[in-house]
Amino acid sequence: MSTDIDKKPAEDTPPPPGGPEAIKAIPVRHIGRYITAVVAIALFAAIVYAFSQGKINWDAIPEYFFEDRILEGVGQTLLLTAVSMAIGIVGGILLAVMRLSKNPVTSSIAWFYIWFFRGTPVLVQLIIWFNLGLVFEFINMGPVYKDEWADFMTPFLTALLGLGLNEAAYMAEICRAGLLAVDEGQTEAAHALGMSHSKTLRRIVIPQAMRVIVPPTGNEVINMLKTTSLVSTVQFYELLRNAQDIGQTSGAPVEMLFVAASWYLILTSVLSVGQYYLERYYARGSSRSLPPTVFQKIKANVLSLSNRPAGGAA
Amino acid sequence: MTAMVKAEGVHKSYGAAHILKGIDLEVAEGEVFCLIGPSGSGKSTFLRCINHLEKINAGRLYVDGELVGYRQKGDKLYELKDSEVALKRRDIGMVFQRFNLFPHMTAVENVMEAPVQVKGESRAVARERAKKLLDRVGLGDKAGNYPSQLSGGQQQRVAIARALAMEPKLMLFDEPTSALDPELVGDVLDVMRDLAESGMTMVVVTHEMGFAREVGDSLVFMDGGVVVESGHPREVLTNPQHDRTKAFLSKVL
Repeated sequence: MSTDIDKKPAEDTPPPPGGPEAIKAIPVRHIGRYITAVVAIALFAAIVYAFSQGKINWDAIPEYFFEDRILEGVGQTLLLTAVSMAIGIVGGILLAVMRLSKNPVTSSIAWFYIWFFRGTPVLVQLIIWFNLGLVFEFINMGPVYKDEWADFMTPFLTALLGLGLNEAAYMAEICRAGLLAVDEGQTEAAHALGMSHSKTLRRIVIPQAMRVIVPPTGNEVINMLKTTSLVSTVQFYELLRNAQDIGQTSGAPVEMLFVAASWYLILTSVLSVGQYYLERYYARGSSRSLPPTVFQKIKANVLSLSNRPAGGAA
Repeated sequence: MTAMVKAEGVHKSYGAAHILKGIDLEVAEGEVFCLIGPSGSGKSTFLRCINHLEKINAGRLYVDGELVGYRQKGDKLYELKDSEVALKRRDIGMVFQRFNLFPHMTAVENVMEAPVQVKGESRAVARERAKKLLDRVGLGDKAGNYPSQLSGGQQQRVAIARALAMEPKLMLFDEPTSALDPELVGDVLDVMRDLAESGMTMVVVTHEMGFAREVGDSLVFMDGGVVVESGHPREVLTNPQHDRTKAFLSKVL
């Protein structure tokens, strides 16, 4: 007779030999749960029904899903997300170190930057960058670079500056919180060993701060991916803008929005998985055992379903 | 012979709080020097002044004949640069009450870190030495474990090995057993006893009177930021002269 231990208490589990007799009781009936389940299903069905009655050309969605302009839009969206985040992270680290520095001038400047860029909507910032051509005719950086403003400030650069500089302000606060979260004893221990400030920061403080910094940064990446849709207002052709254009010419505007939404969902889902693995990497040493990877979880679930006959082997 | 540590009228205050009110003492080379006293008496603060984790406000503090944190030219004092302070700290090992191991590194990486990063030792050489040091503190088989996988006593022994890896001429212990389960205190004290026998100069802030009596060469009782009584541990602990010392010892012994 196998006595394998299951996660769910099975009613017919025999008491372990020689052990106390297992309690056999009639479980409480949760009637409320059945009622809420039925209500929720009914509401969901009503929404599905409503959409099935709308004049939606469902066939247009698969037809345009991999259309060239859509794929190009996805590419532009990803490129913009990556470069804006890179600007945001580098700028954020710089601003965080400036804010924590003992120099009152640099810390005030960093404070002011964060105050300004967090205090104004990113859409407003984008439009301001877009319209700076009204006040600047030329850009003149001495012998380095000189051009007409309109040629210099392309839609891509506008989008990049608008999103990246805004993101730097948010990343600065995330990085600062991460650096402050590392116990002061760590810095003291490193200093007591004769390590310099910069080595202490690089080898001891930042790797530990990463554990605090990575999860919110992952959220920021996902947010950034979605926020890039705002730059369609400054003439940059990314996923949403291309989908809208196709929608207008093909006569299926709502369908194309569904296509765009699906792509955003796919991309954010992929990013979420990446974030999970990154967090797992930086969690090493902080807990006794690492959380399982997705594959390990699936494997464990499959095994727990199938291990009834094989239970004795384990 | 010059004293390893020499304090002359050392004062330290944090804002309005006057923690050290003129400490004078000498620690000879090879000596185990114990600092005891109630919490808030300034003994930990004094210890942290020795490797310049705290700046002193008045007086002079010397380690191995050299001024701590300053350079004297004529009658003027110049503050040392951070890099110069770091250079001096290489020779002074420190063990903390709360271990302060680097949690993102394994035991052996903790011990290797300073020799590799500070002295520029090659990783292979440093790893070999680190393993020997872990053996010496009885943790040769725990080299690959992260601190979170070790007990408090084991962590503290890794911390001692980490300090020894820099081959210091002076070791500072800041209540090394206060955060440990009573059961685990013995292992750490054994390691410290071995270290004392090897001739290491040690300044130990402790509440372990047994250790102080057995291993200590000198003992100082501090209270309220001043040295109340000092002498050989056995004499001070068994026959305290001062009322304040008597009152303290009657509570802890």
